Amino acid sequence: MTAQISYDDVEVGTELPAQSFPVSRATLVRYAGASGDFNPIHWNEKFAKEVGLPDVIAHGMFTMAEAIRVVTDWAGDPGAVAEYGVRFTKPVIVPNDDNGALIEVSAKVAAKLDDDARTVRVDLTAMSAGQKVLGMSRAVVRLA
Amino acid sequence: MALDQSFVGRTYPATDPYEVGREKIREFAEAIGDSNPAYTDAEAAKALGHPDVIAPPTFVFAITFKAAGQVIEDPQLGLDYSRVVHGDQKFAYTRPVRSGDRLAVTSTIEAIKTMAGNDIIDIRGEVHDEAGEHVVTAFTKLVARRAEEA
Repeated sequence: MTAQISYDDVEVGTELPAQSFPVSRATLVRYAGASGDFNPIHWNEKFAKEVGLPDVIAHGMFTMAEAIRVVTDWAGDPGAVAEYGVRFTKPVIVPNDDNGALIEVSAKVAAKLDDDARTVRVDLTAMSAGQKVLGMSRAVVRLA
Repeated sequence: MALDQSFVGRTYPATDPYEVGREKIREFAEAIGDSNPAYTDAEAAKALGHPDVIAPPTFVFAITFKAAGQVIEDPQLGLDYSRVVHGDQKFAYTRPVRSGDRLAVTSTIEAIKTMAGNDIIDIRGEVHDEAGEHVVTAFTKLVARRAEEA
């Protein structure tokens, strides 16, 4: 496994390039098919509202999949991710219009964990419509 | 009604192996809009030191969540799935999932709690390949929201 970022080149506080990920109803239908999660709260507005949601919401696992792209794009090798965890704090609400929603992800190196294993902890922040949608979002990455 | 604490520590039988296919990985990568060549191009994956294309980090959830269905749908446990939301998710990887893997999942109930009327259940899914080697552990926290007072 070959991360393209060297452990020696990062410091606590190093920021990873931030990214924004658009999500539309069509995105959610495609993700439902690929993941096998067909819960109607992710594609059926009537159903979502009946169970008390403001509108269709994105799969939490979709948001989790987008957020880690900031880390995998930075590290160069997705296989460099040794641990990844999140808390689903707020749903990403996806209106049925031309814009859909935007998931905005930033990340920084929060700790250098192990000089021998060359692992760092990256803390992620994922926002949508001004709300923090993931909490305690952290990855452990094995660098070169 | 609070869930039965005696289920804590219960381990369910390993699932039948799920065979990870190259095209399924491609479909998943396209669905999340991720064009990283390690997911679709075996040569690019090999250049990174992998024997074949690898799956995005969260791909394995589809397999571990299906396995967790053994717990969720266990009639003796009595979880009301219509009230369940996903609270936390964590993965600890020994190596990435890759094309050609035949993965079996063993699910264990790690904890059951009741907070403010909500039932909270922690499920650990251990994923092993056909050789019995550990690939990834998935930690899934599910919250069954309290039924509304009539």
